[in-house]
Amino acid sequence: MTALIAVENVTRTLPGPQPVVLVREVSLAVGPGEFVAITGPSGSGKSSLLYLLGLLDRPSEGRVLLNGRDTARMSDDALAAARLSRLGFVFQFHFLLPEFTALDNVLLPMRRLGQLSETEQHERARGLLEALGLADAAAKYPDQLSGGMRQRVAIARALANDPAVLLADEPTGNLDTKNASAVFDIFAALAGSGGRSVVVVTHDQDLAARASRRIRLVDGRVADDSAG
Amino acid sequence: MSLTLAIAFGHLKRRKRQTFVSLLGVALGVGFFIAIAALMRGFQTYFVQQVIDVAPHVVMKDEFRSPALQPAEIAFAGGAVAIRGVRPREAVRGIREAGAKIEAIEAIPGVAVAPVLLGPALFRYGARDVAVSLAGIDPGRERRVTNIEKDMTAGRLEDLRATANGVIVGIGVAQRLGATVGDSVIAVAPSGVATSFRIVGLIETGVTALDEREAYVLLRLAQVILDRPNVINQIRIRLDDVRQAEPLARRLEAAFGYRTESWEESNRNVLALFVIQNAIMFSVVGAILLVAAFGIYTIISQVVHEKARDIAILKSIGFRARDIQAIFLVEGAIVGLAGAVVGWAVGYGLIEALAQVRFQSAGGPLRGREGFILARELWTYLAGGGFALVAAMAATLIPARKASRLNPVDIVRGAV
Repeated sequence: MTALIAVENVTRTLPGPQPVVLVREVSLAVGPGEFVAITGPSGSGKSSLLYLLGLLDRPSEGRVLLNGRDTARMSDDALAAARLSRLGFVFQFHFLLPEFTALDNVLLPMRRLGQLSETEQHERARGLLEALGLADAAAKYPDQLSGGMRQRVAIARALANDPAVLLADEPTGNLDTKNASAVFDIFAALAGSGGRSVVVVTHDQDLAARASRRIRLVDGRVADDSAG
Repeated sequence: MSLTLAIAFGHLKRRKRQTFVSLLGVALGVGFFIAIAALMRGFQTYFVQQVIDVAPHVVMKDEFRSPALQPAEIAFAGGAVAIRGVRPREAVRGIREAGAKIEAIEAIPGVAVAPVLLGPALFRYGARDVAVSLAGIDPGRERRVTNIEKDMTAGRLEDLRATANGVIVGIGVAQRLGATVGDSVIAVAPSGVATSFRIVGLIETGVTALDEREAYVLLRLAQVILDRPNVINQIRIRLDDVRQAEPLARRLEAAFGYRTESWEESNRNVLALFVIQNAIMFSVVGAILLVAAFGIYTIISQVVHEKARDIAILKSIGFRARDIQAIFLVEGAIVGLAGAVVGWAVGYGLIEALAQVRFQSAGGPLRGREGFILARELWTYLAGGGFALVAAMAATLIPARKASRLNPVDIVRGAV
């Protein structure tokens, strides 16, 4: 079975007078339906690994494979197109556009992709917001929403183009325990149904325990990779 | 509304006041350009119109641009021949075979021709002497070539024929002589011949230099007084299409050899002045728009800085670098376009306000005008709008490129 997204022996170094190695020779393949949690102490390279998996960053060494295809030779535009249709991102900070309503924020990736008709886009966006318990928040602007709601809108936006892989970078970092737990419930549900993969970076061991696969990074290396 | 537009509008809406101020800068630049252009172009076209109206469009004179070549120079063209102290040959001055030439020119469609003999004379009235430039004209032809009839404040052109020894003088000449219509003055020619003339008409062109020198008599009379029988020394030409003046002048000069000047050549100094005027106008407006462009640069730069997180998320969603650049270029274009539209209104308003200004002009070519002459031309609106758009887009280019190059990973790392 081909992995949706995989890294092979990737190393990411920040160049400079004293180069900083963020990720060291990591190999990791994410298959369909997997719910992967990446944990580790701060500075262990969790987020950097996620950015490599998410095609936001290019490795200094090694290969990043998208559906088995090497991304090294793909142009920046091709990577952007892949992110648009195959990947969804959720960050610690919600990153909603403040000028747009929740609904418009969710519509953003669909409008950019332009595959669905306008009516279909609106139906899908409303459906996503509803599924995440935000039916009443559609017309509201981000600054009228609570932190937990904003993060759920961000998740809805990440799911807008029905991505094969959802990548989340400390998505619960700014949330209280209850909201954080709710977000993880959503991820678990997403991974459980329909073969969507979820990769979450978190430092919260309790939440990570709910993932189907846990990877622990230390100093940019995989220290532990356990399933179940 | 397209996504790019929606995002661009969103950004500008968040910075209403700044957007408004830079928009106003553009609008003022465009508005002033339109108003100043209307003022200057109005005056210039009016002036040119006056020049075209008053004077013949093309004048052929009994002169040559360069002295005739000496036989030795012709025989050894390009050789080391130098001849010094050559004096013009004693010959009857004037345009030779003028009749044939006039006929030939008249055969060109859309052309009116009049022969003239110009010469110096002294008008004497009592104890006063005034030097005049005596023009012998053919009234029937002259009225088709110059505006002489329209400029007459007393008498009629036909009176030249109706009265024996009639003369039409410039109003300045009459004033300096202290004479008026009906008075008889003595004209003294360089040869010493004195003839009595009766003033039958007055001319006021508004150009003082002309009004204080001009005197018109019948061609036949001028030839007698100036002792140049059957000679004319100017052929004046008027065209239906003024733009043909310069090419026609060149053609005639090439064909006949005589110095032939179009109105453009005769008024080259004034036309050159207009070029300088226009250059000043464009510099001033360029400066205003430059300042406005800096304003746009500042807000777009601030928006880019402030919206770094938005740019990061848009890129992570899958917006390409050029999509991001387009968003900010559109913002510049919105400010430029809106500024241009408001500027059109400002310009229109300024023109109409200027049109209300009333003043009495002292005389000269603007005599009789009671306000500014304003050219209401579409091209100034289009040009002003075009400048504004280009300035706005240029000002946006640098911040927009910077935005498109932002690395989302850097921003996401910094934001945490």
